[in-house]
Amino acid sequence: MIAVEDLTVTFRSGGRSVHAVQGISFEVADGETFGIVGESGSGKSTVLRAIAGLVPSTSKVLEVNGRPAARRRSRAERRLLQFVFQDPYASLHPRQTVDDILREPLQIHRVGGVDEKVQAAIADVGLLPIHRFRYPHQLSGGQRQRVAIARALILNPPILLLDEPTSALDVSIQAEILNLLAKLRQSYSLTSILVSHDLAVVAHLCNRIAIMQLGKLVEIISAADLRAGTVTADYTRDLIAASRGFTRASA
Amino acid sequence: MSTALGQWLMSEAPTSRRQAILGNTYRGVRSIVTNPTAFVGLMIVALLVLSAVFAPWLSLGKSPLDQDLAGRLAAPSAAHWFGTDELGRDIFSRTLYGARVTLTIVFLVSVVVAPIGLIVGTLAGYLGGWVDVVLMRITDIFLAFPRLILALAFAAALGPGIENAVIAISLTAWPPYARIARSETMAIARSDFIQAVVLQGASTRRILFRHIVPLCLSSVIVRLTLDMAGIILTAAGLGFLGLGAQPPTAEWGAMVSSGRDVILDQWWVATIPGMAIFIVSLGFNLLGDGLRDVFDPKST
Amino acid sequence: MSEPLLVVEDLNVTFPGRTGVTRAVRNASFTLGRERLGIVGESGSGKSTTGRALLGLIPRPGIVTAKTMSYAGENLLACSERDWQRLRGRRMSMVMQDPKYSLNPVKTVGKQIAETCLLHLRIGRKEAEQRTIAMLEAVRIRDPEFVYHMYPHQLSGGMGQRVMIAMMLVAEPDFLIADEPTSALDVTVQNEVLRILDDLVSERGMGLIFISHNLTVVSSFCDRVLIMYGGRIVEECAARDLQNAHHPYTRALVAAAPSLDVQRTELATVIRDPEWLR
Repeated sequence: MIAVEDLTVTFRSGGRSVHAVQGISFEVADGETFGIVGESGSGKSTVLRAIAGLVPSTSKVLEVNGRPAARRRSRAERRLLQFVFQDPYASLHPRQTVDDILREPLQIHRVGGVDEKVQAAIADVGLLPIHRFRYPHQLSGGQRQRVAIARALILNPPILLLDEPTSALDVSIQAEILNLLAKLRQSYSLTSILVSHDLAVVAHLCNRIAIMQLGKLVEIISAADLRAGTVTADYTRDLIAASRGFTRASA
Repeated sequence: MSTALGQWLMSEAPTSRRQAILGNTYRGVRSIVTNPTAFVGLMIVALLVLSAVFAPWLSLGKSPLDQDLAGRLAAPSAAHWFGTDELGRDIFSRTLYGARVTLTIVFLVSVVVAPIGLIVGTLAGYLGGWVDVVLMRITDIFLAFPRLILALAFAAALGPGIENAVIAISLTAWPPYARIARSETMAIARSDFIQAVVLQGASTRRILFRHIVPLCLSSVIVRLTLDMAGIILTAAGLGFLGLGAQPPTAEWGAMVSSGRDVILDQWWVATIPGMAIFIVSLGFNLLGDGLRDVFDPKST
Repeated sequence: MSEPLLVVEDLNVTFPGRTGVTRAVRNASFTLGRERLGIVGESGSGKSTTGRALLGLIPRPGIVTAKTMSYAGENLLACSERDWQRLRGRRMSMVMQDPKYSLNPVKTVGKQIAETCLLHLRIGRKEAEQRTIAMLEAVRIRDPEFVYHMYPHQLSGGMGQRVMIAMMLVAEPDFLIADEPTSALDVTVQNEVLRILDDLVSERGMGLIFISHNLTVVSSFCDRVLIMYGGRIVEECAARDLQNAHHPYTRALVAAAPSLDVQRTELATVIRDPEWLR
């Protein structure tokens, strides 16, 4: 479904080049949820943005839905893949109602039955009809993230890219959103990539997980291996140990 | 306002698109009206509009152009509330009709300046690269023209008149708007909600006009309102120099100019239109300040 | 544990607003000895407000009331702004979530820390500098002389947080509030910072209030935990017993977090009971 070989992203800022992603390769099978974990500066979000065509990248292979994907995407290509952003406060237009936000993709792609589709999308993500004409500032963080998910899914894309979708949310809201994503993954038969700094979140939702550090791929392991701690790289081991909480050195 | 309607408008859970839009508008209007600065400014601007619209009635049938050489330079009295000028024309009715000229200038300048500034600024900010460089250098060139001198040059080349004055003012007034719109656009374009529309496959035109321009609009309106005082003063200055509205049109700047010779003996001839310029400029400034508070995203 | 350092009884913090009074903290009572006390809760639970109230940092028009609020025998309720200034920094201190907003961007970090010394301790400029460098060393900054002359923007997140801790501890307070001190940091860095805090607390015998939303961190780092919900302390337990807590909210919170140890098909969601706020 998604194939990436030797993906490299370099940003130029003020004469210096930053190698955000350095030669990453992986494949995501149809219906799989693939996880990417790493700390800040690991380039995990940049990989996702490169696949979405939001940042320029070079690669030997970059396939989306079995076809090579260029930097400039046609409208039809855009429809294959949608994105959920980290910060639900920044990802919704502040002057548009939920209704406006959800109608926008339908209008862009000239899809009919707008009214029913918007209603269905709102119900799908567990929002109520009363939320339809609210502005983002009238919604809580969790509700906003639901709107963002509804917007991503309203065109029925086969691929969903999730960039830290719950890291701005409280634990209890995170649980609701993760459950929702698990449910939608089933009902929409989605292929998705989930990027997070939280190992537990990725292990909960993903089958296979890529560990990234400083723009490079450390290793790709299964969720079961992650839980069991059967990993090869020292960095992964450190990461798992640190995620399990604080340990007193001498104790 | 009936409480039922008020509740319907202020509802946190609107049930239709219309209610959502009306509710939001109502909240906006309410925040302007409850903000003392904005309210005073709004009242002054409303007064200006009313004077302009109802000038023929408010002046009680006195024409602003009828001369009465026998009663020239008469002091304010029951017959002539603000006195008469050097040709015996009623200053009260001339001041009222002057509001029309001022309003015309305000309207024409806004109509020219805001769209040009917005389009140039958002295009430069969103597209970046060479488009940005070219557009911003053009902006810099226009910014470098001294406003009054350009207006003088225009008046000299095209002949004096209110249209030419407006063109001259507008030509030098739009660059700051382009700059504001550009910097706002650059901030907005990076935000996730614009990236989301890009990913949905929206065209550049759609992104600019449906998503970016509405967000730049409020700061442009605030700036325009604040600038209005300066524009009115420039227009009055041109009138004073004889390059704006031409006699016998009642224009405040020209009226001040004609009262200049008699300012010591017949103070009202220059002072009354001067007061009008002052009050209207103040009104726009207050309204602009108030609007800035109302539009401030931190307060919502 | 002998005499408690801090005694709080019936603490209430309210904010009058346009639509009525917001009760940010409701009837909170607890004591703190020379130990690590965790306060856990979600956003809006009043955990940060509690911390700020203890340092007299509730902004107007917020109102703080309590039956008792005393620190080492001093009645905090009767403190004037001057008294607070004397207490803050010298005897009690606070580390915030993001060092970027708490450090002056145009002064070197060394100067800022040394200034704190000069302000609170009767020592000379030379000695202040020495203490600063010693303190930077204590928070395990490898080249303290070099970092002394750096500006805040030149520091990484973990370094910045260490500098903050150094600044807050240089006047040797015996009570520290850490409000989400590691939430902005990567996990591997997070544990280093926690270790520094841990050592300082045990070496100097300080009392620490550790405010966090992260159950894993709190349960592994603290001795005791208060769980706050809607401004109330709904439960108090030993940190290691957090997994076996009694209150339905705490239990739901523990079950809602995805875990590396257990694979759950579905995460538990918190069904909020208005009774909890009674």
